[in-house]
Amino acid sequence: MSALLNVLIALVFVAAAWHGARGGRRGAAVFWGLLAALFAFGDLLPPALIGACVVLLALMAATPALGRRAGTPAADAAVPPATPAAPARDVPGDPRALRPVVAIPLLTLVFVLVVRMVNRNGALALDNQVLTLAALALASCLALLYGVRSLRADPAQAVASGGALLDAIGWAAVLPLALAVLGSLFAAAHVGDLVASLVTRGIPIDSRLACVVAYGFAMLAMTAIMGNAFAAFPVVMGGIGLPLLVGRHGADPAVIGAIGMLTGYCGTLLTPMAANFNLVPVALLELRDEWAVIRAQAPTGLMLWVANVALMMALGFR
Amino acid sequence: MSYWPLLGVLLVVVGFALRWNPLLTVVAAGVLTGLIAGFDVVAILEQLGNGFLKSRFLLIFVLTLPVIGLAERHGLKARAAAWIARLKGATPGRILIGYLAIRQSAAMVGLTGIAGHAQTVRPLVAPMTEAAAARAGADAAARERWKAMSAGTDNVGLFFGEDVFLAFGAVLLIQAFLATNGYVLEPLTIALWGLPTAVAAFAIHAWRLWRLDRDAAGASSRSADKMAGGE
Repeated sequence: MSALLNVLIALVFVAAAWHGARGGRRGAAVFWGLLAALFAFGDLLPPALIGACVVLLALMAATPALGRRAGTPAADAAVPPATPAAPARDVPGDPRALRPVVAIPLLTLVFVLVVRMVNRNGALALDNQVLTLAALALASCLALLYGVRSLRADPAQAVASGGALLDAIGWAAVLPLALAVLGSLFAAAHVGDLVASLVTRGIPIDSRLACVVAYGFAMLAMTAIMGNAFAAFPVVMGGIGLPLLVGRHGADPAVIGAIGMLTGYCGTLLTPMAANFNLVPVALLELRDEWAVIRAQAPTGLMLWVANVALMMALGFR
Repeated sequence: MSYWPLLGVLLVVVGFALRWNPLLTVVAAGVLTGLIAGFDVVAILEQLGNGFLKSRFLLIFVLTLPVIGLAERHGLKARAAAWIARLKGATPGRILIGYLAIRQSAAMVGLTGIAGHAQTVRPLVAPMTEAAAARAGADAAARERWKAMSAGTDNVGLFFGEDVFLAFGAVLLIQAFLATNGYVLEPLTIALWGLPTAVAAFAIHAWRLWRLDRDAAGASSRSADKMAGGE
């Protein structure tokens, strides 16, 4: 199942490699070709070799070999021109173009609901994330078939245009993977415990407010460093939440746990380490400023952080 | 306790601040952290390789790109913009408030995969928002900000909706962590305590979008007044 998904993803990588090669950018062709091989055959290779390839990919990303920086608008014939500035009355487009795109969320929705209905008694131990991802993958494939039929397009050409899009996104597409790996290395080196011990130094532990603020700040900071609230939660809850808030001040662990995790999510809105949420869309939307998405959502994250601290003070100690 | 492993964190912060290539910065920080923690080079490479293999699912969005590319070749963005042009009263802020409501409520019932930056924001939400902003007289910089805000709105809706869903990983992680520390709770209790923050997130972000709309309208009517007044 996951092997099939990896091969399908590898096909789009091959299309991106082809797009790079046709554009005369050999570096991009090698970059995407190597990724395609790692996705399709990764399970057969020794992990150390894959690790060496990851280092190689990172080195290539830092050289001009890829041809263009991610985030700069792709000036490329194969990529359709960006939306014209004026409302496009003169370029109406094919009305059927909307349908396959809308079909992706609708089909995903249908698949998830059908599997959940069939599996109501829980016969299959299905993780919701696995189910959602599989449904999205299946929906994408069916939507592609539908789009190719209804728009009378060449399927190879469709995959090629997907590759062109990926090539325009560039190395930013791989960043989420590298960050997940970094998170596991941080965990192995107990970076979280160190940050928690730094934060707990010098807070007046008899003050309830000081402890809640320290807990909320540590969640925010750790999540921003790791790019992921899941990695921050056990460290901060174990280092500050349980001993100080629950143990010393008698807080409700359910309230502190749930709102604490969401306080970490405020940090996710602020950090380039959460690349798939904050940097990949910059490339996808061809924005000029690498920090544009973080800038747009940061005020929401900071205001919500204050709201979360207030909620923990109001609801956590009943 | 030795604080040396924090050098890896420092490298990441410095790298992002000085705008080194993020991919190289992140991999270098991983290698540095591993070396300080006392792993040998082969062990670090193995850790990198295993992490890569385990996280391949993060790139599943790549599968939506052929559909998006195909539709864009057939004028999808122009269609989305033309559709908005016909909707009276569709301001960029209102479009995004509506999207936030849909995205957040879908995530609350566990439907996180039905939308996202690749499948909905790039092909639909951003072009619609940009078209509405252009109609309201936004300049190029303001249109960029609205596009970035489309992505930010997707994030806010996803993050602060999914935590209310029972079977979501965060709820199960909290439950499992508390249980191993002697606090046995129902997942439902934890998910319900996510609701106040979900409501606050919607209120705060919708309020910001409404204000952005109002400020933009104020700015463009002021410039229209100026032109009318012949200043």
